[in-house]
This record gives sequence, C-alpha cells and structure tokens, in this order.
Amino acid sequence: MTPALFLQHLANALALGSLYALIAIGYTMVYGILRLINFAHGDVFMLGAYVAFYGAALFLLPWWASFAIAIAVTALLGVLLERVAYRPLRDSPRISVMISAIGASFLIENVAVVLFGGRPKGVTVPDVMNVRLQLGPVAVMSVSVVIPIFTFAILALLLWVVGKTKTGMAMRAVSTDLDAARLQAIDVNRIISFTFGSGSLLAAFGGILWSYKYPQLNPLMGVMPGLKCFIAAVVGGIGNIQGAVLGGFMLGIIELMAIAFLPTLTGYRDAFAFVLLIVVLLVKPSGLLGTGHAEKV
Amino acid sequence: MKRSAAVLPVLVALALVGCRGGTKQPTTVKLGVFEPMTGANAAGGAMEVEGVKLANELYPSVKVGDKEYKIDLVVVDNKSDKVEAANAAQRLVDQDKVNVVLGSWGSSLSMAAGPIVKDKKIPAVAMSATNPLVTKGNDFYFRVCFIDPFQGTVMANYAAKDLKAKKAVIIREVSNDYSVGLARFFADSFKKLTADPAAILAELNYNTNDQDFTAQLTTVKSMKPDVIFAPGNYTESALIIKQARELGITAPFLGGDTWEAPEFIDVGRQAVEGAVLSTFFATEVPITPTSKEFLDAYRKKYQKEPAAVTALGFDGYLVARAAIERAGSLDGTKIRDALLATQSFPGAAGLITFDQDRNATKSAVIKVVKDGKFTYLTTVQPQ
Repeated sequence: MTPALFLQHLANALALGSLYALIAIGYTMVYGILRLINFAHGDVFMLGAYVAFYGAALFLLPWWASFAIAIAVTALLGVLLERVAYRPLRDSPRISVMISAIGASFLIENVAVVLFGGRPKGVTVPDVMNVRLQLGPVAVMSVSVVIPIFTFAILALLLWVVGKTKTGMAMRAVSTDLDAARLQAIDVNRIISFTFGSGSLLAAFGGILWSYKYPQLNPLMGVMPGLKCFIAAVVGGIGNIQGAVLGGFMLGIIELMAIAFLPTLTGYRDAFAFVLLIVVLLVKPSGLLGTGHAEKV
Repeated sequence: MKRSAAVLPVLVALALVGCRGGTKQPTTVKLGVFEPMTGANAAGGAMEVEGVKLANELYPSVKVGDKEYKIDLVVVDNKSDKVEAANAAQRLVDQDKVNVVLGSWGSSLSMAAGPIVKDKKIPAVAMSATNPLVTKGNDFYFRVCFIDPFQGTVMANYAAKDLKAKKAVIIREVSNDYSVGLARFFADSFKKLTADPAAILAELNYNTNDQDFTAQLTTVKSMKPDVIFAPGNYTESALIIKQARELGITAPFLGGDTWEAPEFIDVGRQAVEGAVLSTFFATEVPITPTSKEFLDAYRKKYQKEPAAVTALGFDGYLVARAAIERAGSLDGTKIRDALLATQSFPGAAGLITFDQDRNATKSAVIKVVKDGKFTYLTTVQPQ
C-alpha cells in the first residue's frame, strides 16, 4: 500500500469515525445520567434525518433552515420520548426501562414505515456540502471535512457545559446520586429532560450529516449505526464523553482499515465492531476511558 | 398497524377453511403476492405490485370450468429478508391458502420461498428473479424473465465490444445470490471475450444495507480498471457510484436489472449519469399488443412511465390467470401443468414460452441513465 493510498483510507475512516462519535455521545450522556441504554437513540437519529428531508422537500426551506428546525424538533421528540417511555418507569427495576427502550425503538421504526413509506428516499445535498476537494493525493467531499469539525466543536461545547456551568454541575450531581441530588434542591426532571434533549439534538445532527454524506433515507437506517455507536460508546467507556468520541473514531478506523488491508473479509464488516466490543469487554470491562465501579444490573 | 392488516387475511382464511369443511366451494381465486414492501428492496417490490394490481384491475376475474371466479390478491411483505421471506411464504400457503404465488423481486427472497411452495404443490411465478437457482430443481417455480447466464453475457459483450474494455473490476453484494451469480456469469464471459484469464482485476464485496464503500473504492481506484461491473440493490449501487465519482474514479459503471428503480437516480443524481444496465423491457419499444394495452393503462393511471419489472408484474398475473383458466381447476398440480404448457403467451414484456427449466427465453434491453431517466440503448436477442 502506497502512502497516498493509506492517506486516502485514513481520510475516509476519519469522516466515518467522526459520524460514529457524534452519535455515540448521545448514548453516553443518557447512560451517564440515568444508567439507561437508550435503544431508541438510533431511531431518533433516523427521525432527525427525515424531518430535515421533509423540511427541505415539502416546505422548500433552505437547507440551513430545515437543518435548524429538524434539530429542534428532534430534540423535543427526545424529551417527549423520555417523558412517555422512561419517566413513568424511573423507580421500576432497570430491566423494565430497558424493555421499554427496546419497545420505543420498534414503535418509532414501524410508525416511520407507515408515515414515510418503506421505499428509500434520495436526499438533496446542499451545494456547500457537496464540493469535491482534492488535497494532494487525497480526495474528500466538503461534508467529510465539516463532520469532524462539528464533532470536535460539539465535544468542546459539551465539556464546557458539563464541567463549567451550573446545569453541568447539576448533571454531574444527578449522575453521582439521583436522590441526593434531589435533596440538594436540584430539579432532577429538568436535568434529565435537558440531557435527553441535548442527546437527541446530537443524534439529529448526526442523522442529518449522515444523510448529506450518504444521501439515502429509509425508516430502518438508524438500526445499524445505532448499534455501532452504542458499541463505540461502550468501547470508549460508557458515561464518558471523551470516551465516546474516542470509541467512535476507533470504530471508524478499524472498520475501514480492516476492509482496506483484508478485502476478502469485507462481508464480515459489521462483525468487526462486535469483535472489538468483545475484546474490550474482556480486557477492560469499563471501557478505554471508563472509570470502573462494580455494579449489579 | 401491521398486525391488524395481518389479522384480516388470517380471518378470511379461517372462514374459508370453515367453508371447505362443508359442501360450499370457495368463491374466489387467491393470488398470493409475495414481495418486499419494506427494507432494502422495497422499491423493487412496490413496482412489481403496481403491475400486478394494474392487471388485476383490468382482468379482475377468471373462468374456471363454467364458473366465473373473482381474483383476490393477498399481498404479503417479505421485508427484503431471507428469513422473513420464508415466514411470509409459509403464511401464504398455510393460512391464506392461495392458489398461485407471484414474486418475488430479488432472487434470494424467491429462493427462500422455493421449498415451501414445492412442498405444498402451489405453483409460483417469479417476475424478475433472474438467478438460475430460483427455478432449478423446483418444478413448481416459474419465471417470466430471462436468467443471469444470459444477462451476464449481454453485459460482458457490451463491456468488451462496445466499450472496448480490457480490464474490469467487479463489486458485488456478497449476501445477495442474484449479485454473486450475475457477477460470476459476467466474469466468465468477459474473460472469454477478452481472451485474458486476468481480465478481472478484483472482485470486491459489500453487504446489503452498507452505506460506506470508500474503502473498497479506494482500492478500485488504485487498480485503474476500464470498466466496473457492480450488480446489486439499487440504493447501495447508487451510493457506490456516487462515492466512486467523489473519489475521482471515472471508469464507466455497468449493472443489471435491479438498478432500474427511480430511487437509483434519486439517490445517485448527477453521479449515475451514464451508468449502463441490462433489463427486460423498454417503454420505447413495445413488443406485443399487450405491451400497448399495459402502457396505455399504466400511463393513464399513474401519469408516468412504468419500470420494466412493473411490466413483468403485469405479465406474471396474466400468465397465472391464463393457466388457471386452461387448467379448469384450482388444484395446484393442474395449474402447474397448465403453466408448463404456456406457448407464446403475449405478455407486456414480450412473448412467454417456458423452457424445460420453467424460464422464459426473452431478449434483453440495455438502458443508460441520461438526463435523469433510464433511456433505451439497444436490444440484445438470445442466442
């Protein structure tokens, strides 16, 4: 493999990895606060992409307007999801909430099949996202440059919110001990809604950017990315935001490099993510950047 | 929502079972439409169902013996998934007790139904499933289209003679029997035509539902092929071509009949311009009087041009209906025998005569994507 070829593979991998990272953050945030794996996260990602699509296709909004509206709408849907499917079960055993999450995921997928139809839809990619850039031997689309920039900007913003603001302090308190936080006059419900809202907002970001990179929508498009990003979050140490970003990039790089170096194994592409998960769980169960604490589930 | 839709045919089936116990005969003939309505192949399924429904509107009944029966369509969704397809086929023959099965788009899905219809002796007619194994060794499965050894030769000929290509790369959907089969037939014929055993530089794989193909395509780019043959599902293929153009690959892309779906152009846009594919029928060249009837009815109803597989859906329905009429019975084996005797049946997409393997021998049409439309290029006769 020539260095030029390797650089091209690396560029491809970084673009994919940063998308994974963006979605993985949402899993990790919700888990950090509620110790809940939000299985519907991948479907929220799908909804974000569809809302943006309809904003642009039906209401003829400019792409940035449909982008902004879709993100707001999806964030609200995330808050609503928590209200309807998770909050009533907050004091139930962990397994009930998990089953509710899986149920919510199936519900959203099937409602989407009815509303949007089973046939895939082609997305009109905004011109600014669709510029071909040739950087020496490496060819990338502008969207693939935008995505990592977005991801790191959001990472920085989140770290600032969680680390430096009052809301962030409350989030950390809720994450450490929900009941003790309530005793400190923290409005726990508001903090949880805020977390779901921002997690869903990131999923919408991810979904829309995904649809600009792979301009095709279908109601089940969130399933595989959802699973993979969940793996990325676990690999990086679930509950840890930097870990999710690290996990996302690792997953993207491992996936694409494995195909690049071992083309005969392409059929097993999705398996690489799961093998990575198994290895990490065996070697360091709390994830690469996770802080280990024994817990019964 | 799906459940309530599923319950209804079950209730109807139960009611019919009840009737059969008595002296009352069934009053309708049931055609099971076995197609992907959701998942990766949903557009293909929807286009075939359009054709079947149109035929059903024009010819809603069939004469069996001296009694006129209404034809009911029972549409089940095989969800573009081999396991779901087996379940769906089982439901059609067990619960819905259909007389004939039509479909499915996608050879893998049809093959999942094969043993089930054979076991229950219910004849099945595939519309556009081109893999030879769909009908091979299964004397209850028919198809109204040509098969992939022919289609592969057609495209290899086009690559070697029209494009004067010397080296090709194949990109195939490895979990799809259609794609793997067609890729192999193309490779065999291309090597023969170029008299070069190394004419295929590489065979690269991907999975159904994959969206990122940059790793495979970066490898392709370094090989500098003259042509790329990438048969597979329409949306994945459109994404492959788009990503190839983005990486700076300029070699022409060739594919098979599965590309001909509006989604291929809708997803690929500018990138798929110039993509060449083989298919079954072109609206520009009607073949039989039925072609005209079909085109007129379709254009009137949908105000657009039909896809080739829609014409085949129309034909599948008509062939099955004619066979039931000639069999003069609703018995599966008798309908099968009547199907076998089909001679030069005028379908919308050409004359249908089944050979000893229950395949129709037909000419292939080559189309190119031009100005966002599938445009007729040429017709290739079978040898």
